[in-house]
Amino acid sequence: MPTASGAGKMSFRPDHELHRRRLGRNVGLGLVLGAFVALVFGLTVVKISDGGQMQGYDHVVQPELVPKEASQ
Amino acid sequence: MSDIRAYELDGPTTGEAGFGDFLALLKPRVMSLVVFTALVGLLVAPVPVHPFVAFTSVLFIALGGGASGALNMWWDADIDAVMRRTSKRPIPAGKVAPGEALGLGLALSGISVVMLGLAANLLAAGLLAFTIFFYTVVYSMWLKRSTPQNIVIGGAAGAFPPMIGWACATGGVSIESLLMFALIFMWTPPHFWSLALFMKDDYSNAGVPMLTVTHGRKATRAHILVYTIALVPVALATGFTSIGGPVYLAVSVVLNLVFLFGAWAIWKRDEGVAQADKYAVEKKVFRFSLYYLFLHFVALLVEAVLHANGFGGW
Repeated sequence: MPTASGAGKMSFRPDHELHRRRLGRNVGLGLVLGAFVALVFGLTVVKISDGGQMQGYDHVVQPELVPKEASQ
Repeated sequence: MSDIRAYELDGPTTGEAGFGDFLALLKPRVMSLVVFTALVGLLVAPVPVHPFVAFTSVLFIALGGGASGALNMWWDADIDAVMRRTSKRPIPAGKVAPGEALGLGLALSGISVVMLGLAANLLAAGLLAFTIFFYTVVYSMWLKRSTPQNIVIGGAAGAFPPMIGWACATGGVSIESLLMFALIFMWTPPHFWSLALFMKDDYSNAGVPMLTVTHGRKATRAHILVYTIALVPVALATGFTSIGGPVYLAVSVVLNLVFLFGAWAIWKRDEGVAQADKYAVEKKVFRFSLYYLFLHFVALLVEAVLHANGFGGW
């Protein structure tokens, strides 16, 4: 409840310039790290998809892809 | 005393640089040239690359270029502080501590090389690692302060990106990628020496043995002409390879004629005339040299698009 002296009122000190710089840097770094994670994820998906196309059976028998123990 | 006051007393080199200051360490303008030439190198290659892999590869080539920029700024902070053109860079301006630049440069070097190896192939990653080593150790640490040929040999670092782009797609090196390398390599000396002619006090104040300082301005003018003449066959020869064609050759002939004329104009001027018009011709040639390189790579890109659609080529 507000009082004449102002005690009890929610009061924040205004942000120092340093805080703004830190915030900018932290947000920037967060975005960069987020983008890096997305990049690695995307790259993984592409690589796996490509690998699938290269080695997949495509519903055609490819004896060279069958493990030796299984074919014997 | 609050913690904030303590930081203020220590000055701005206390690890409180903004995000933009770290970005400036990566030399974004140089990075744009790296991105463009690497992208062209990758796109003109005869092997198709998945768009996402191409994007990632070019991104990490650019990041490697940025890392070497940060390492260069760390090593050259003393020179940068003296030169007017570079005195506002993050380290001499007191925004970033030298150790921070070193840390960022080393970390990004490692990340970019490893990630390019994973995204593309080991040859591309090896070329990127060599480029960073060449720019930082061979150029910045060794040649820049010891020989007036610093720009000539150091130019190799800026010439690697299209070769790396080509290696990302093909996994190898070929005459086409070597010629793209040679084009930038031969272009760098006349480009930088025309800049050195009108930034006259900067290099001598910093004690960098630029050709203008060690051999005089008349010799520099002659060097610009000689290197421009040597550049012409390299630029034209690219037109006769598998990535060239009539469009590239026509563009290249025009650009080389203009560049040659500019170099000749610089050569025949003496210092008095140049000072009188405030180095108008030198500035014009420097600006044109940027278009020269850009348009050559645009022409290669146009040829690649034409080739893909059954046109262009020989």
